[in-house]
Amino acid sequence: MKKIAIASGKGGTGKTTVAVMLSRLLSKKFKVRLLDCDVENPDCHIFFSDAPTEKEEVCVFYPEVDTEKCNCCGRCQQVCEFNCLFVMKDRLMFFGELCHSCRGCKLVCPQGAISEGSRPVGKLFNSKVEKNLHLDYALMNVGEARATPLIEKLKKNLKSGADYAIFDSPPGASCPMAETVAGCNYAVLVAEPTPFGIYDLKIAAKVVKKLGVPCGIVINRSGGEDKIIDNFARQKKINILFRIPYSRKFSCYYSKGVIKENFFPGLADKIIKEMLRI
Amino acid sequence: MKIAVSSQGGSLNAQVAKNFGRCPYFLIVDSETMKFEPVYNPASSMTGGAGPAAARVINEKGSKIVLTGQVGPNAMSALAGYGIEAVTVSSDTVREAVEGYLKNKKTED
Repeated sequence: MKKIAIASGKGGTGKTTVAVMLSRLLSKKFKVRLLDCDVENPDCHIFFSDAPTEKEEVCVFYPEVDTEKCNCCGRCQQVCEFNCLFVMKDRLMFFGELCHSCRGCKLVCPQGAISEGSRPVGKLFNSKVEKNLHLDYALMNVGEARATPLIEKLKKNLKSGADYAIFDSPPGASCPMAETVAGCNYAVLVAEPTPFGIYDLKIAAKVVKKLGVPCGIVINRSGGEDKIIDNFARQKKINILFRIPYSRKFSCYYSKGVIKENFFPGLADKIIKEMLRI
Repeated sequence: MKIAVSSQGGSLNAQVAKNFGRCPYFLIVDSETMKFEPVYNPASSMTGGAGPAAARVINEKGSKIVLTGQVGPNAMSALAGYGIEAVTVSSDTVREAVEGYLKNKKTED
């Protein structure tokens, strides 16, 4: 199974558009699994008609403190990198929303006072949306700070059996994006030819490089200032895979929740060709 | 009485820091002699949980009162847990904050 991440840096450049188009184009010949990793605001499912959806709750480790056993020695407080545990005079205070579920406190507690608790952080959804195309997405609970556990779970649940897995990454270049791109065979960076676009593209390209994932660029709303992206691509020896022209007709469809993959039929071929070349 | 004050610098003439958790220093001032000890706040550069970590610093110094600006909800519960009272002050310098607090306290008594 080949894994392709669609990332961007800047938000709103067309990751979901490219991910959905690419998935649909590929599904004509191959078995495809589309993973919407933007768990804070998933939107791929909007572009598919309602299909029966399975749900699954995702939980993370949460230290449960046995106050009888705890003698307030403070080892957990020392080891906690995230300042969740504080020893008061006669009890332990726990700030749950800061916990990163590392289990350090549980490991070091000499009294065995900390046991394996769990806390729901969001839900996973999966449905067969079209012939040969399966969609997985997750929705993070309101108030949660970390998206990565859900992305991890989405990627872990990815069963073999598909020929291609397309990961629609969250915007930005921080942990959720890195978690999505890590371990992929190829990353498609969707960029728009604006000063904001190039600024964030540079950061995203750096992250992708650090993760050791080969990448190419798709310019969306192409036309006009393409050369700022072209210059950067040439300098960094990153190939421009495709240019999606600005099209009012396409935007009108999009605003109604329709992505017409036959608008730009060459997209999938170009990306796959480039991926196989590398 | 040991009074902790969130501070931008290491002297009594330093500005009072307006944020409790992320202030660079605490000055632990002896209210009788006005002698003080500056303490670096390691929480000022922490990625998360700065409020409770700052409260821990004050607890370790044995102060039961802190004069500061804004206190976040986590810091508030940690301070309460340690039995430390937080007082919001609007004074400019640490010296003014301590003197103002002591004056207010006297009139209350």
